[in-house]
Amino acid sequence: MRKVALAGFGLTEFNKDDTTIDSLMLLAIKALFENTPNLGQKDIEVVLTSTNDNSKYLSSIVSEISGIKPKISHSVESLCNSGANSAISAFSYIASGLADVALVVGAERFDSPGLVLEWDKSRGQYKHPIYWSSMFTKSHVRKYGTTKEDLAIVSAKNHKNALDNPYAFFKKTYSVDEIMNSKNLTEDIRLLDCSMPCNGSAAILLASEEAIKKFTDIPVWITGIGQKTLSAGFTKNDDLTSMESTIDSASMAYKMAENKPTDIDVAEVHDAFSICEIIEVEDLGFAKKGKGNELVRDLYETNDKKINPRGGLIGSGHPLGATGLAQIVEIGQQLQGTAGRRQISKAKIGLVQNMSAAATSSSVLILQR
Amino acid sequence: MTKFDEALKAGKFVCSECQKCKKLVWPPNDYCNRCFGKVKWRPVSITGKLVEFSKRNEVFFCIAEFENQIRVMGSLESTIVPTIGQDLKLIKCGHNGNEEFVFQLNNS
Repeated sequence: MRKVALAGFGLTEFNKDDTTIDSLMLLAIKALFENTPNLGQKDIEVVLTSTNDNSKYLSSIVSEISGIKPKISHSVESLCNSGANSAISAFSYIASGLADVALVVGAERFDSPGLVLEWDKSRGQYKHPIYWSSMFTKSHVRKYGTTKEDLAIVSAKNHKNALDNPYAFFKKTYSVDEIMNSKNLTEDIRLLDCSMPCNGSAAILLASEEAIKKFTDIPVWITGIGQKTLSAGFTKNDDLTSMESTIDSASMAYKMAENKPTDIDVAEVHDAFSICEIIEVEDLGFAKKGKGNELVRDLYETNDKKINPRGGLIGSGHPLGATGLAQIVEIGQQLQGTAGRRQISKAKIGLVQNMSAAATSSSVLILQR
Repeated sequence: MTKFDEALKAGKFVCSECQKCKKLVWPPNDYCNRCFGKVKWRPVSITGKLVEFSKRNEVFFCIAEFENQIRVMGSLESTIVPTIGQDLKLIKCGHNGNEEFVFQLNNS
């Protein structure tokens, strides 16, 4: 298998303007070209588009409006982790030798059809994501004594981190009290415990070891990949205090990268709701089971940005098809040392965890300078 | 509309059971996801257990489990705070754009 690295990236501001998916994608691609010296359209052999939008022939449309004539071009859809899935597909094309340079672009509109999985009859009339997240929250609270304040701290931390992210949807901080007193959507979930669907686009350029020298002097290598799909139906999650697909994905990624959780300097995790970050830091091995709340509280109180430095989904907003790619961009910047006020000192190894539909599937990537 | 939806619309909760290997296929489908055998549609036992619950606008909603494997979300009629593992029964189901299930605790 050939080595593959991140060679460039582009982002758009996350907002709720009225726009189209192809326009959003073009803006991220334009930013990627502006950020990547020596990149020409002719260099790009693969164009993958990541979205839940119902657009047809999107990767070909995006290729045409970007002036690219790729060998391989298609869309990737897998609800909230479409982004990581598309990056892994591009990785595979390069690692296998089918291509040397791949452009992956993800985007979503705030009113995405990917917010609700109609197929899942086991969710009955409770198909909105606030219901599955209420089930996870209640179970974790019962088993481990996680408190409403612990949940609010996740949101307070990630809104605070997002202040230093110029592309974030939210541009203000909230106190723990404000979050705890925000509207009760259910007994277990408050409005400010939720990530916000919004517009946004993120693009990455991946390249082989031979090709990357043209584009950057500081490549960030993708050294570990793990993915697992347990089911599509939410109620197949046996243990609501864990994300089995994330545990499996992390185990595969750590094995492939020959790393362990203590090697990770910085991570972007999929905080669709506050409870998700607490469970994920446990399931990724950063905290013992039931102690994720203590880790998050410590990060918040010491202003340590190790987990979700760009503000996660809660602070940055959650444009589904763009999220996994925006997470990869953040870890890329962190490992290149170009994350500005968000920078984790001497970060060498980073991790991305992106998941879908109540963690019925997950993707984990490990990146290294 | 599938047979599951049709039955639900008529107020009946049915599941798909493989005619070949007897596996219950859930969420429901026309073929078995273990051996790809054709399924038959049969009623689900209406007594089950409470797996997890929360509350929205003073109405409980929950995951209920039937026949030790079929887990489904619905509303839960109860005047008391339920206990995990408690016995419950399906008292109503239907289909109004979305599948709808209503459960009640056995002792209420």
